[in-house]
Amino acid sequence: MTLLTVERDSPKHKRLKLAGLALLVLLAVIVPFLFGPYRVSQFTLALVYAVAVLGLNLLVGYSGQISLGHGAFFAVGAYTCAILLDRTGIHYLLTIPAAALTCFAAGLALGLPALRLRGLYLALVTLAIAIATPVLLRRFDSLTGGSQGLAVEQPTAPGWSGLADDQFLYFLALVVAVPMFWFAAGLVRRDVGRSLIALRDDETAAKTVGVNLATFKTRTFGLSSAFAGVAGALFVFNNGFVAPESFTLVVSFSFLAAVVVGGLATIAGALFGALFIVFVPVWSADVNDALSGVIYGAALIACMYVFRSGIMGLLRSAFARLVEVKGSTTGRVDDDVEKVPVGDADRRAGAGAGGVRP
Amino acid sequence: MERFVQLVIDGIAIGSIYGALALALVLIFRSTGIVNFAQGEMAMFSTFIAWGLVEGGVPLGLALITTLALSFLGGMAIERVLIRPVENADPLTILIVTLGLFILINSAAGWIWGFENRAFPRALPDDSADIAGITISYESIGIVVILLIVSGLLVLLFQHTKLGLAMRAAAANPASSRLVGISVGRTLMIGWGLAATLGALAGVLVAPQLFLDVNFMGGVLVYSFAAATLGGFDSPKGAVIGGWIIGVAETLAGDYIGFIGSDLTILVPLAIIFVVLLVRPNGLFGSPEVVRA
Amino acid sequence: MLIAVLALAPAACGRDDDSAGGGGGGGSAKADPGVTDKEIKLGGSYPFSGPASAYGTIAKGAEAYFDFVNDKGGVDGRKINFITIDDGYEPPRALQNAKRLIQQEQVFALFNTLGTPNNLAIWDYVNQQKVPHLFVATGASDWGKDIKAHPYTIGWQPNYVTEARVYSEYLKREKPNAKVAVLYQNDGFGKDLLGGFEKAIGDTGIKVVDKEPYNVTDPTVSAQMGRLARSGADTFLNITTPKFSAQAIAAIAKSDWKPLHLLNNVGASKTLVLTPVGLDNAKGIVSTGYFKDPEDEQWQDDAAVKEYHAMIKKYSPRTNSNDAFAMYGWTVGQTMVKALEQMKEPTRDSLMDAVRNMDVEIGTMLPNNKIQTTPDDGYPIEAMQIMEFDGKNWKLQGDLIEAAAD
Repeated sequence: MTLLTVERDSPKHKRLKLAGLALLVLLAVIVPFLFGPYRVSQFTLALVYAVAVLGLNLLVGYSGQISLGHGAFFAVGAYTCAILLDRTGIHYLLTIPAAALTCFAAGLALGLPALRLRGLYLALVTLAIAIATPVLLRRFDSLTGGSQGLAVEQPTAPGWSGLADDQFLYFLALVVAVPMFWFAAGLVRRDVGRSLIALRDDETAAKTVGVNLATFKTRTFGLSSAFAGVAGALFVFNNGFVAPESFTLVVSFSFLAAVVVGGLATIAGALFGALFIVFVPVWSADVNDALSGVIYGAALIACMYVFRSGIMGLLRSAFARLVEVKGSTTGRVDDDVEKVPVGDADRRAGAGAGGVRP
Repeated sequence: MERFVQLVIDGIAIGSIYGALALALVLIFRSTGIVNFAQGEMAMFSTFIAWGLVEGGVPLGLALITTLALSFLGGMAIERVLIRPVENADPLTILIVTLGLFILINSAAGWIWGFENRAFPRALPDDSADIAGITISYESIGIVVILLIVSGLLVLLFQHTKLGLAMRAAAANPASSRLVGISVGRTLMIGWGLAATLGALAGVLVAPQLFLDVNFMGGVLVYSFAAATLGGFDSPKGAVIGGWIIGVAETLAGDYIGFIGSDLTILVPLAIIFVVLLVRPNGLFGSPEVVRA
Repeated sequence: MLIAVLALAPAACGRDDDSAGGGGGGGSAKADPGVTDKEIKLGGSYPFSGPASAYGTIAKGAEAYFDFVNDKGGVDGRKINFITIDDGYEPPRALQNAKRLIQQEQVFALFNTLGTPNNLAIWDYVNQQKVPHLFVATGASDWGKDIKAHPYTIGWQPNYVTEARVYSEYLKREKPNAKVAVLYQNDGFGKDLLGGFEKAIGDTGIKVVDKEPYNVTDPTVSAQMGRLARSGADTFLNITTPKFSAQAIAAIAKSDWKPLHLLNNVGASKTLVLTPVGLDNAKGIVSTGYFKDPEDEQWQDDAAVKEYHAMIKKYSPRTNSNDAFAMYGWTVGQTMVKALEQMKEPTRDSLMDAVRNMDVEIGTMLPNNKIQTTPDDGYPIEAMQIMEFDGKNWKLQGDLIEAAAD
């Protein structure tokens, strides 16, 4: 059923990719003009979550470090932004780098001890952090507003733009998200990306080619958290309110679900994962209230069996039927996505007693 | 002094709750090499089944036995159907599957039984003993005794029975085990079944005190994981003692360390996990793993 | 990246029938959105799933009342269409729901949204949209404090500060030198009540000798109860939600400590708390109420309560009519209908006018406990009555205590 055959990296291929990108940009830009404010706000939320999910994917999908506490960094970013907006007069755009830096630091701080923890243990520690987050937010209530939360003014559309507020917020998110995606894609495509995948699949081999595990892993933690921080700031722009209840364990679980469902170790997957966690709870709640949890859980499991690369994997295979790309596979890091099942000994080591690397 | 002793006793009582679930975690790990995030939720589901039976008029003793049996079957079924396809995969995959199971079971229970809390009938007597000014509840004593018996049985199982040996072999090296004739699949199924049964036992022991609702095991899970980490993930007696230590640490910290107070006690298991893994990664009683590089 | 494009294309083409263009309410000159000659649309966001889902029963009670009214012809010939959406007790979801209800469903007013943080998350938006934000299901004192800042928002139930004052009044009468130990939930609800209590006892002989917080994610409050028991207090103020109320009562039953037990209204449910714990263990517990307890024998022949039981059975058969939350929903539903009846024109401003000038009696409220508002008083219910559990039912004591929160 192949419609088209191109040589990889040929001019035709490049034109096809460019056309695709242009179409994507066009779609992204018309969205706020096609739909009403509610729907637009949902898409904006999807963009915000996509940034966070992208960060988590760097950590989990590419460097194989499990984190159940991504929501905690998201909260740190959100509160950094909210506190700055509430206490100081700085322009809201400046809260984005502030949140990113704060979270980067926090991520590094966690990344260092995390080096000593493997698999399950890292998951446990991050789980405990996620549980502790709302509690700590309440405890330091002079800073965070405690249970009352913090309400801040949302950015409004400047007069010259002629946009409605919801449209402006959408574009704001878009304008922040796109460079983040581009940055992540670049990170992954360069040698660094290869190293991360090598780390994930076989650390010993990675060591022999001179990849410095410690630096990479820690830095990935920092970067991943920074992404969450940026998303947190965008989140505040869109909600105008933060409270400890906004950052429970559910948030961390949702991000993880989004990573898996969207496609582990894919870049575009983050967007699909985010769409999944924005729209599925709404649809399933309309059917039955307890159902969304059942769907989440089932989707996670199904993705691990069948849809190993999540939605992205599905789309790729569908696309591959239509357009055949011939040529060498050098330079295509994404192809390394399919995981080779790791041997039993390694599995035991990963989940095993100690959990500390030799 | 009296207050201190009372705190320690209280700590052991609550630590027994953590230890009960930790035993199930240890069992699953020892026999299958997998750590099951959904263990608590499975225990919760089993407890609800027991509750349903009692509501339906079944006498408590019979309901409990039936539940344990059903949990055994359920555990085996979950292994066969859900875990078997991914059992050779990497830790991340397994973690995500068990996490998915956690979310799924939790929501399914809510769907079936609703989210309100309810009472669970007690199997153990209700009163407290008063010894030299210190109060100990009979229920706690009962739980401690049951825990010790069960952990003793587990030690017996693993060290002194063929099944136990087969389980340890299958968990450590499935390929070689098959070569010597061990039915790895069947052994794993039994491991899961036993762990589910243990979880159910933990649930029904603890539910009278905690009151039964869909989330009652959720809070316990992190503490139980910490207990298993502290005690060593492959040591049944470690799980029990680990649980006690955590319970006591938490109770004392809540009382003596002002910063922690009553609401930040979640920091205690967190700190313990960190410290254990940095200082003595195998836990107090666990055995070091040899990794073939 | 190519794939992402092709996949998104169909999604974008699915155009939804949203409100025209990007804009809020402000409709035609005749009537506001959500109101026609035949129908009034109300919207509510509730936690039908997640840890707070027991409160979802409130929605069922309100829905039953609306069905009852609709069968009798509705309000001025308009039937009430109450649209409810789950928010899992998460503020961001509540905000999404509010946007959906207002923009997509085009409801006339938001009714009885549940949860303090959830309402805090949406009230700026709702007021900006000039949509009535009525009878919110939370006892926080925020809703009436600054009417000018959020003119479209109003609470309903006696707020926690009022409740705390009632306990303080009770103690002043019964135990003027009480030494109080407090267990409280570590969130807005718990802190609000505790704060109100501490303020109310300020210049009396009553003292708080120990206060212990807990989180809803904690498995048990046994450690806190242990500490409170050893504090030397003779009175226990129990500010908890049902599961933890039960644990606290059970802990006291098992111990030697037998204080005067003040249990907050939220935790006083016979169905969710006292029955699981054992009715005998609850004997002597004191709480407060403001509407008629559906299980109280003294209202067995009360016309309003009989009607309530019958109608719940008819319109919401799966709901347990003995559940106080259902009665809450039924009663607040009646309040809404009274406001609608009082509304002169089918506009939001007219509804707000009615809401801010109410003086009504409702059959299922305690006798003489009226719903009263004025343009300056944003607290519809400010009186509660002490009740004591006698081992079988809650028995009302004394008179209604007026305890405005100022």
